[in-house]
Amino acid sequence: MNGDRTMFDLSGRKALVTGASGGIGEEIARALHAQGAIVGLHGTRVEKLETLASELGERVHIFPANLADRAEVKALGEKAEAELGGVDILVNNAGITKDGLFVRMSDDDWDAVLEVNLTSVFRLTRELTHPMMRRRFGRIINITSIVGVTGNPGQANYCASKAGMIGFSKSLAQEIATRNVTVNCVAPGFIESAMTGKLNDKQKETIMGAIPMKRMGTGAEVASAVVYLASTEAGYMTGQTLHVNGGMAMI
Amino acid sequence: MSDIAERVKKIVIDHLGVDADKVSEGASFIDDLGADSLDTVELVMAFEEEFGVEIPDDAADSILTVGDAVKFIEKAQA
Repeated sequence: MNGDRTMFDLSGRKALVTGASGGIGEEIARALHAQGAIVGLHGTRVEKLETLASELGERVHIFPANLADRAEVKALGEKAEAELGGVDILVNNAGITKDGLFVRMSDDDWDAVLEVNLTSVFRLTRELTHPMMRRRFGRIINITSIVGVTGNPGQANYCASKAGMIGFSKSLAQEIATRNVTVNCVAPGFIESAMTGKLNDKQKETIMGAIPMKRMGTGAEVASAVVYLASTEAGYMTGQTLHVNGGMAMI
Repeated sequence: MSDIAERVKKIVIDHLGVDADKVSEGASFIDDLGADSLDTVELVMAFEEEFGVEIPDDAADSILTVGDAVKFIEKAQA
């Protein structure tokens, strides 16, 4: 710490969070904003973004875009870079699922998940990396998942996209480390969200049995890991994956 | 020096933070001006932007000196 700066202070930093209209993304946006960052909220549901923006008040911009559309992904990067005056922190959080047992998985379900969860990350990150390199500062934080490491029946497409994200992050981290741009992942386990809210009691019980903490995590607990990786203090962390999973997998 | 050469020189000075007198036509980005491989990619991108030309990867690989860059751009714009 130097002077009156507190630890993990993000004042003056500009962050773009994709998927900020969803549970975890919303908490990430809140947490970065609470640390003083100027936050760009990307999402597909405009009303949800507007509600969150009005709750946060100042230092907020909204960027609706469909990540399944490659032209929109490029435009999102350009718009965020211009409107925020340079993106210092990119949080690739947006993701979708199209679950189904592998032998019955359609090409469409495979393609849709890979396109949104992985290809859009590649394209958006490519758009924003070069300016970060030029400024000699950047934080790229990719929200992967525990299942990207452990696998999960019924989610071959989703797990492939999340594992892909980890390999992508490690490669990029090595290429741009000398430019003071770090690339890391956060891998949540079971987190209270609309997605896990759909589970029935029996499914929940099975899951709890596998979690040493005997509870689901919260979006805020995931967001804390993101705040750390986004901070100046995390300057020597790159190519890593932080697992936030209540001990469900110790990797 | 031609206008193109001056503009190339300016980009190299700005990007690599080197003294103007070191940026001679024969200066090698990597051997003489301290660039790393990422710098050379960034320089090529900066040239593309400044001059509105496309520099394909195989051509970029042969641009090793300030003079190489000037020659390529002059040819591309001719």
